[in-house]
Amino acid sequence: MDYFIQQLINGLTLGGVYALIALGYTMVYGIIQLINFAHGEFFAAGGYMGVIFISWLAAQGVHPYVCLGIGLVLAMLYCAMLAMAVERLAYRPLRQASRLAVLLSALGMSIFLQNGLMLTQGQYDKAYPTEITAGGFQLGGLYISYMQCLIVALTIFLLVVLNLLVFKTRIGKAMRATAQDKVMSALVGINANHIIALTFAIGAGLAAAAGIMVGLYYGTVSYSMGFVPGIKAFAAAVLGGIGNITGAMIGGLIIGMVEIFAAGYISSQYKDVFAFIILIGVLYFKPTGIMGENVDDTRV
Amino acid sequence: MNQDSRQPILELRNVVSAYGRIRALKGISLKVFDGEIVTIIGANGAGKSTTLMTMCNVVKAVEGDIFYKGERINDVAPDQLPTRGLCQVPEGRRIFPRLTVTENLDMGAFFRRDSAGIKEDLERVYDLFPKLRERRRQLGGTLSGGEQQMLAMGRALMSRPRVLLLDEPSMGLAPLLVKQIFDIIATINGQGVTVVLVEQNANLALQCAQRGYVLETGSVVMEDEASALLHNPDIRKAYLGE
Ligand SMILES: Nc1ncnc2c1ncn2[C@@H]1O[C@H](COP(=O)(O)OP(=O)(O)OP(=O)(O)O)[C@@H](O)[C@H]1O
Ligand SMILES: [Mg+2]
Repeated sequence: MDYFIQQLINGLTLGGVYALIALGYTMVYGIIQLINFAHGEFFAAGGYMGVIFISWLAAQGVHPYVCLGIGLVLAMLYCAMLAMAVERLAYRPLRQASRLAVLLSALGMSIFLQNGLMLTQGQYDKAYPTEITAGGFQLGGLYISYMQCLIVALTIFLLVVLNLLVFKTRIGKAMRATAQDKVMSALVGINANHIIALTFAIGAGLAAAAGIMVGLYYGTVSYSMGFVPGIKAFAAAVLGGIGNITGAMIGGLIIGMVEIFAAGYISSQYKDVFAFIILIGVLYFKPTGIMGENVDDTRV
Repeated sequence: MNQDSRQPILELRNVVSAYGRIRALKGISLKVFDGEIVTIIGANGAGKSTTLMTMCNVVKAVEGDIFYKGERINDVAPDQLPTRGLCQVPEGRRIFPRLTVTENLDMGAFFRRDSAGIKEDLERVYDLFPKLRERRRQLGGTLSGGEQQMLAMGRALMSRPRVLLLDEPSMGLAPLLVKQIFDIIATINGQGVTVVLVEQNANLALQCAQRGYVLETGSVVMEDEASALLHNPDIRKAYLGE
């Protein structure tokens, strides 16, 4: 029983991370129907920026949790700006081009960013300061690390803020309006380019937060860390119904849970396979995903 | 009064618009004066909707000039025009289907920052269309055709337009609703809003408007006082079904 609950907590942690990444895929898809294959790189860049900022601050003798807070915000901002630059350079010039052209541009950007990270940061893993990542507590037969608590709390916080932003604010309404009808949104005075850039920025900011969380959880980051979680989060977005915000959150949680439980009860060797089995299953049996089309109104 | 001596609020001069290599407007000139209702009539595919979209720069004019309030606006981004008071209710209404009625109306006032004024206008729109108030939390896409037309007009009014371009506001509506919509157009116009009205229902449009243009395959073939067009035998034959 303890083992089960332990897995549940691990699944929740991992699922939250996938959910944060999946949101970027789904929001960008919702607004320009692009599967942004470079999205996983924002996650990796976030993990690295986290190490860089947090280690530097820690070396100045700043309190560990203050380091964390500042590092998180800076990394999110950095990735938001990186994503806006990518959108401006690699996607906006192709706005009128075929979808295949943009998709290829995204793939190219992914390779470019990943190699950029390797060239500037080196090909070896980088470690988060252990004085920040270490620690935890025993609860009955369970061990819960402080980082796990932080990750779950931060994930919930970010998801709540995102929902408020998208569904309650003026700019969130404009985002949804732009996703639904670009010509009409121009006719009411909404600049689609601004909204698209903002969407990229928000998605990348969330991915950056996820990258830091993974770095804190596992202790290290690597330049190629964006690839596998990126594809799993994409599977989560498809599972939830691509373009749907609530769907991405649910999909992320499911993929995280399935992965942890499959690793715990079936085979840890094959844990990466299950997300792809789900992806193929969804595409085969219900391509619109859980929340796709007519189920609700939380599409972007 | 001699109209040509006045400065039009909106004017097209020899405007050509094309979709790819097909020219949908073949050099159109027309003038809209402050405070009037001008109607554009013509058969399907004549280029009426294209004319309105070109006025808003959604379809870019490849030749010719567009003037609004005395300024050439060919190079102004479409999303900047509502701010200046040029506003369109496009063909098919284009309600944001997954925004609620209130949210759709909010979007009409997107560029405005005077929240008190916006609130006031929201009430005014709800007074004009009480049906919308009842349904304010419903998703736009689930409204009936008539309600969607009201919402589209309401959304446009939320921007406090100077010039309102209406593309087939009566399309698909029952006769009673059509009359109601035309009454509202007259009311809006009475409050000082200039209206450009594209209509299939040429009879009603010409009764409502002061002047009219007749479009045929991308060219203006006639322009006159609305009453004159209404009694013109050629027009009656071609567009009024006689
Ligand atoms: N997006 C488009 N791409 C290509 N051609 C178009 C497009 N929109 C309109 N056209 C063409 O341009 C011409 C004018 O179309 P437009 O929609 O302006 O006509 P209309 O007078 O509004 O007709 P209707 O009364 O049917 O609404 C038509 O021949 C149409 O086929
Ligand atoms: Mg038309």
